[in-house]
Amino acid sequence: MNKPIVKIENVGQTFNTKSGKFTALRDINLDVSEGEVVTLIGHSGCGKSTLLNLIAGLSLPSSGVLLCDGREIAGPGPERSVVFQNHSLLPWMTCFENVMLGVERVFGRKEGMPKLKARVAAALDMVHMDHASGKYPHEISGGMKQRVGIARAFAMEPKLLLMDEPFGALDALTRAALQDELNGVMAKTGATVVMVTHDVDEAVLLSDRIVMMTNGPAATIGEIVDVKLERPRDRLELAHDTRFADYRAAVFEFLYRKQLKKAA
Amino acid sequence: MSAVAVLKLATPPAKAEPAAAKAVAQPASAEVPAPTLEPTTMAPATQPGERLREVLRVVIPPLFGIALMIGIWALVAIKSGNIPGPDKTWAAARVLFADPFYRNGPNDQGIGWNVLSSLQRVGIGFGFAALVGIPMGFLLGRFAFMNRMFEPIISLLRPVSPLAWLPIGLLVFQKADPAATWTIFICSIWPMILNTAQGVQRVPQDYLNVARVLGLSEAKVITKILFPAVLPYMLTGIRLSIGTAWLVIVAAEMLTGGVGIGFWVWDEWNNLKVEHIVIAIFVIGIVGLALETMLLMLAKRFSYESR
Ligand SMILES: Nc1ncnc2c1ncn2[C@@H]1O[C@H](COP(=O)(O)OP(=O)(O)OP(=O)(O)O)[C@@H](O)[C@H]1O
Ligand SMILES: [Mg+2]
Repeated sequence: MNKPIVKIENVGQTFNTKSGKFTALRDINLDVSEGEVVTLIGHSGCGKSTLLNLIAGLSLPSSGVLLCDGREIAGPGPERSVVFQNHSLLPWMTCFENVMLGVERVFGRKEGMPKLKARVAAALDMVHMDHASGKYPHEISGGMKQRVGIARAFAMEPKLLLMDEPFGALDALTRAALQDELNGVMAKTGATVVMVTHDVDEAVLLSDRIVMMTNGPAATIGEIVDVKLERPRDRLELAHDTRFADYRAAVFEFLYRKQLKKAA
Repeated sequence: MSAVAVLKLATPPAKAEPAAAKAVAQPASAEVPAPTLEPTTMAPATQPGERLREVLRVVIPPLFGIALMIGIWALVAIKSGNIPGPDKTWAAARVLFADPFYRNGPNDQGIGWNVLSSLQRVGIGFGFAALVGIPMGFLLGRFAFMNRMFEPIISLLRPVSPLAWLPIGLLVFQKADPAATWTIFICSIWPMILNTAQGVQRVPQDYLNVARVLGLSEAKVITKILFPAVLPYMLTGIRLSIGTAWLVIVAAEMLTGGVGIGFWVWDEWNNLKVEHIVIAIFVIGIVGLALETMLLMLAKRFSYESR
């Protein structure tokens, strides 16, 4: 196995709420190796976003420690870029400028403008959005916005890419297209990815490991499934692959038998 | 001018909210000029007859309204005897606007000069208010401590009619003209501070998270994220300020004298030229409307689609 990029050791997260302390996460232990794609799956409200925000450095743990490349995560950093659930493109900038914002921050010191522009163009090209680089976010569709968000994150060439339900708001067809696109981009860049999803097929299709979380409060990691399907993965071929069905069944088993969410 | 009217228009926060939201929602992107076309011209596929009907539908009701107003005015004028009717006022207006920019000494100048000097006072007072109020608003919006520190002061002073500040202005500046400008400053500054602060507080957390994840410098955060996000709110504050300022200047000038549309109204009252007062009412209304429209167009120009 490759060397771990992220180490999560005994992490717990407690929030102070109006009705007292609320323990969202406890005893989380997880290593993510270089080039690995890990998905976090679990019922709504179990703490997936909370865990991702901890890795991103957007919040700090109440207990335990998170390391990135051997150093403690004390805040957000450009080596860990994030694709937000709702794209979060800045509406007053064109797609190009949105991607440029991150690129400038990471490479602006070392490289001249032409090179930065080439980077932005390449990133947009990778998600097939080069045609819309001059458009504003409100002029493009939801799926296109999400692609630009992914381009913004990839263009920064992060050590680690964090995605919080990147395709959650999209219809099934667009989602499938973007999953394939993402698979291609990940193969091309060899990126290390931690991704939150609630779509079992998506998890099996994209990941090397599926981390399944127990229900909150005080959620933790329940089981981990190693997905040993060779890449590149083709969704049509996999549909007839019994191993795919088995992985899928394993996740469903965990989610709907062992962690059945009591009807709220 | 009643103080109540001033007060009502000088209490923005409740009203500012929907106005700001509207400004944000308006569909004009940063480079496309604000669409000022009537809906009729936007649907070229419709039949000419239908378009005519559409035009009539837009034009006819306001015409009816204006006709009704003039009719009632004429009736009131005939009944009362000392209020000039539309005909008399029209005749007086033609004389007045034949030469709006004459000068016969400091106390007898054309209506054009009066309007311009009122506008100048509003501009200066308002400009200073923007210089002080917008940075203040940013501070109050960004730092909870500052917000709590200034909240009681602002809550206490905001409901005070700006005219109550006029004597203080006279005392400090020893002259009428800066004192009138001072009242404008006072009445303009509150909407500016409060709307800007509100805008800063309402910058979506998502955008700030983007800034944090990208690791943008504080300068970049201000220029690329805070300022564009706050701009629509700021423009709402500016619009409310200008509206209030234009209300207040007339009253302030009535008290201070000099050259200005408010003083002119008072002067014509002393001369018992009531038709001139009616004309002044129209002029004040039209200038106010023009200011409002200009700022609305500006707001449209700088608004963005939030989704
Ligand atoms: N800032 C906070 N303050 C208090 N409680 C919080 C906070 N953030 C999250 N929580 C709580 O922690 C729990 C986990 O929230 P989280 O957003 O991580 O869930 P999630 O797994 O991402 O759910 P979903 O799939 O619906 O996005 C929830 O019960 C939520 O109410
Ligand atoms: Mg979530």
